Amino acid sequence: MARMKFLCDADRCIECNACVTACKNEHEVPWGINRRRVVTINDGKPGERSVSMACMHCTDAPCAAVCPVNCFYTTADAVVLHSKDLCIGCGYCFYACPFGAPQYPKVGNFGSRGKMDKCTFCAGGPEADGSKAEYEKYGANRLAEGKLPLCAEMCSTKSLLAGDGEIIAQIYKERVTKRGYGSGAWGWKTAYRESIDT
Amino acid sequence: MLIKKTHRARSETASRGSVAEALAGQATGLDRRTFLRRSGLAGGGLAALSALQVGSVRKAEAAVVGPLTAGAVSKKNICTHCSVGCTVIGEVVNGVWVGQEPGWDSPINRGSHCAKGAATRELVHGDRRLRYPMKLVDGQWTRISWDVAINEIGDKINQIRGKSGADSVYWLGSAKFTNEGAYLFRKFGAFWGTNNIDHQARICHSTTVAGVANTWGYGAMTNSYTDIRNSKTIVIMGGNPAEAHPVSLQHVLEGKELQRANMVVIDPRMTRTAAHATEYVRIRSGTDIAVIWGMLWHVFKNGWEDKQFIEQRVYGMDDIRKEVEKYPPDVVEQVTGVPGAQLERVAKMFATQKPSTLIWCMGATQHTVGTANVRAFCIALLATGNVGAPGTGANIFRGHTNVQGATDLGLDVVTLPLYYGLVEGAWRHWSRVWEVPYEWFVDRFDKNTAADGKVTNTMNTPGIPSTRWFDATLYDKKDVSQKDNIKAMMVFGHCGNTVTRMPDAQKGIEALELLVVADPHPTTWAALAPARKNNTYLLPIATSYETDGSRTSSNRAIQWGERIVKPIFESKDDNEVMYLLAKKLGFADTLFKNIKVENNVPVVEDILREINRGGWSTGYCGQSPERLKSHMVNQKDFDMLTQKATTGPNKGDYYGLPWPCWGTPEFKHPGTPLLYNTNLSVKEGGGTFRPRFGVEREETLPDGTKRKVSLLGNGYYSKDSEIKDGYPEFTLGVLKKLGWDKDLTEAELAVIQKVNAANPDAVSWALDLSGGIQRVAIEHGCVPYGNGKARANAFGLPDAIPTHREPIYTPRPELVAKYPTLPNARQFRMPNIGFDVQKAAVDKGIAKQFPLILTSGRLVEYEGGGEETRSNKWLAELQQDMFIEINPSDAAERGIKDGAWVWVTGAEHSSKARMKALVTERVGKGVTWCPFHFAGWFQGVDQRGNYPKGADPVVLGESVNGITTYGFDPVTGMQEPKATLCQVRAA
Repeated sequence: MARMKFLCDADRCIECNACVTACKNEHEVPWGINRRRVVTINDGKPGERSVSMACMHCTDAPCAAVCPVNCFYTTADAVVLHSKDLCIGCGYCFYACPFGAPQYPKVGNFGSRGKMDKCTFCAGGPEADGSKAEYEKYGANRLAEGKLPLCAEMCSTKSLLAGDGEIIAQIYKERVTKRGYGSGAWGWKTAYRESIDT
Repeated sequence: MLIKKTHRARSETASRGSVAEALAGQATGLDRRTFLRRSGLAGGGLAALSALQVGSVRKAEAAVVGPLTAGAVSKKNICTHCSVGCTVIGEVVNGVWVGQEPGWDSPINRGSHCAKGAATRELVHGDRRLRYPMKLVDGQWTRISWDVAINEIGDKINQIRGKSGADSVYWLGSAKFTNEGAYLFRKFGAFWGTNNIDHQARICHSTTVAGVANTWGYGAMTNSYTDIRNSKTIVIMGGNPAEAHPVSLQHVLEGKELQRANMVVIDPRMTRTAAHATEYVRIRSGTDIAVIWGMLWHVFKNGWEDKQFIEQRVYGMDDIRKEVEKYPPDVVEQVTGVPGAQLERVAKMFATQKPSTLIWCMGATQHTVGTANVRAFCIALLATGNVGAPGTGANIFRGHTNVQGATDLGLDVVTLPLYYGLVEGAWRHWSRVWEVPYEWFVDRFDKNTAADGKVTNTMNTPGIPSTRWFDATLYDKKDVSQKDNIKAMMVFGHCGNTVTRMPDAQKGIEALELLVVADPHPTTWAALAPARKNNTYLLPIATSYETDGSRTSSNRAIQWGERIVKPIFESKDDNEVMYLLAKKLGFADTLFKNIKVENNVPVVEDILREINRGGWSTGYCGQSPERLKSHMVNQKDFDMLTQKATTGPNKGDYYGLPWPCWGTPEFKHPGTPLLYNTNLSVKEGGGTFRPRFGVEREETLPDGTKRKVSLLGNGYYSKDSEIKDGYPEFTLGVLKKLGWDKDLTEAELAVIQKVNAANPDAVSWALDLSGGIQRVAIEHGCVPYGNGKARANAFGLPDAIPTHREPIYTPRPELVAKYPTLPNARQFRMPNIGFDVQKAAVDKGIAKQFPLILTSGRLVEYEGGGEETRSNKWLAELQQDMFIEINPSDAAERGIKDGAWVWVTGAEHSSKARMKALVTERVGKGVTWCPFHFAGWFQGVDQRGNYPKGADPVVLGESVNGITTYGFDPVTGMQEPKATLCQVRAA
């Protein structure tokens, strides 16, 4: 079974934000909610690197571990999704997530939190694939259409990769070997416990 | 725990049972495109496969589709936000654009986009678009009908014409026009009777066009975005493509990886592009020539130049050597700030680790020395033999979708379409193409009487550049060499905040008798001058996605974009508006003589065919609408690296038939992917440098004796050329001398004789409407325009040999005596008093009051003046504040904290702007940088209320041009926003 992953090649990421707006466009994500964002470290200094971040669809997802209403589930493709019908907008998952993936719309006059929203790996939610209800709550379901997340598909420099983790790893290894210098993937070693010779 | 339902629908591809095949293919040599598709398949596919046994079986084509995309039709157009030419695929349901998909088949972007391209559907969402025509009535925006608008505007410009002459109406066009729109607008200007017609190329790459064309013939990118993959050394100077042309970085970075190439960024600012470079060279703004000469000093000293190339293909390199001797490392370091050792390293890479390419953008062009900068860049390429082969060349990244095309089609104050110029021969050529008597145009133009009593017809004099329309409005009438001042601005698709000196522009807008803004958005023009209460019209225009037609990307490739949806609201496309205006003004029948008009909309294919019939000079003659459409439909047949179709109906063609595409469409020239490439025969896309400035030149030696020097190629020629040496351009006379005139058909000869009955021998390859001369020359392996040398010495330009000149407002006034700007002169119907302004700035000690360099550039989320992109909520959310980058030490001296409000003051007009400070080492000490996309605040005042309600951009901010200053390139009237001075204080 496929294990869906994102990988951002920081040697290629130029912080163009195509992934961010592609996501907005595909899912009509409202102002203020960012399912994906680009983080730049050492901004303006030598060694500046950018990396595109969203829900990493963890195997042992901390958000799911802390959720008091068990609204998270993992699909057969290892995509971590949640049910907005069950979500109570408590924000525990935001505490737990190492990547800041969960987002909350402001509802009501006092800035109270609405139901959590996050990257779905373009895989929708618990409703029937491609249904109107699914689209309204979670956005498009590209996986069901045989397509990959639009953020990666539209990445300007082919930095952001999405798909079966094993295939991504293969592609990425090939890329690193060809260019002959170290891994530009942020978090690579943590994820795969492999080193790549420089 | 919830479990995702098990009966998943399978994906389209997976259900073809190709999973195993796909996985097998993933082992080696996958390109990214295949990978993505297959990886998608393996994910959705494997899951789908397991579901096949239990799930409801669907047909292959019935993969699950979202609620929005059911029954969607796909339409292909070209992204409007830069010149890379990314394919945009729109999914349309019931006439509504509901989704975007990656254009995988495009050999240019292979599915990719930047933030703007990925958000571009929002333009047709149209939340902040103009919805119907409006006019100002005593300061209130009032809805009117199209009929009323066209009638009133037509009456007013006719009235102004009667009183002040045709030249007092200024036609400002757009780089977002299609080629057909740009051509039509230029033709419209000719029919109206003025050369006061311009577009954004003036303020982005006019100096490139002038500098490059004056060096080797054509003013365009010599190679292409994808060809950069072949380079071993990539130098990017005065450009930040990571933000301005992000998809180009796909090719730059992959090329860098695969070739293990050097990637050098030379810039005053450590840009996002520099972050990925192998070497970053920080220079002082406005010292590019000194940097290049500093590099060439090392090249010549060490003998790294390409001697054979220079000997055979370059004129005047010895004059350059003499100039370069004045720039030894210590002088260069003193002027530019670059250490000699670093420059030597870069020079060596550039000259010896070949092929090398030089990429530039507006950091090089937007200067008073813009043309000279560009010339110096070309000379560096020539000296090292880096032109005319894969991986080499001047890769000039242009700004808008179709700024290359609009430039080519003459939306310019100095030429008719396709660089024919404004001389009588040019007018006669286009008169023949348009089938309108030449004399008719002579009558349409104003006659200007100079101070000495000499009368000239303004049809032959360059118009007023868009950088100075307000000077032409505000100056004393006698200082403007035309019948009267500019009284009316007809602004089509052009922001008002991209030109320097906005306080003057504001006064100019107030002084106009008529202002017409034809645009999807109201733009700064509508909001900048609230004192203006009447005689202002807003016409809602369709975006590029709501109109059919061709677009030329930077690499000269022409792509056919198809209308994704009909113009929204009451919008009309530019072509229709031009037709309605022409009808009102009474010349529609002659203007559209050979162009069919259906329901007031001109048929774009007919316009392109007319361009083909007259576009010989630049090789816009072979790209028929049928060929271009076929390229677009069959994109998948083209190889990304070579851009050549390897199969299918266009086999052998280069993608988009990059100009020159010689001869008639039936001649089937494949287009020219690399200019001046002698390794290919002309018929296959090869070429040589163009002898455009005579065949020989008389030189005076130091002892006073004179000698004649050939400007033709010396023993070099393109593959398969029957003439094994340089040769002049082809005319019927030349063909006769060679005995090749017998190869002309009778029909071709008849056309040639009709072009010039009195002297058919003088008819050249560019004027021959039959295409016969081109055809015969090419059949003999020769380039129609001849085989000449490139000019290192561009005699005729103000600086024939580029020389460093300090910016008008320089932080180094002590250098002005040695490197002064050029003397005052009259250019483009007006005085250019740069010398006086520079002198006054030095005398007054401006650099003490305003000690910080102010330079500007692009952000990835926005484009140009930004009204369009700041109205796009998906983009606007990412950049909500205008800001100024300032070095931590400068900020500390001023008590400025990161993110705090500051006042930035400019060196003229006591100008000021309020914005946020971004304290960063990205800029060096003494340097500040602003993005140039903001508008809607002016001199500290929020102008949101001046926009028509609901059509104000989401994000507003101060324009950097509210504080920029005087300074114009003598050759093109280019402004100088990249090197001026400012002061910053905490607000």
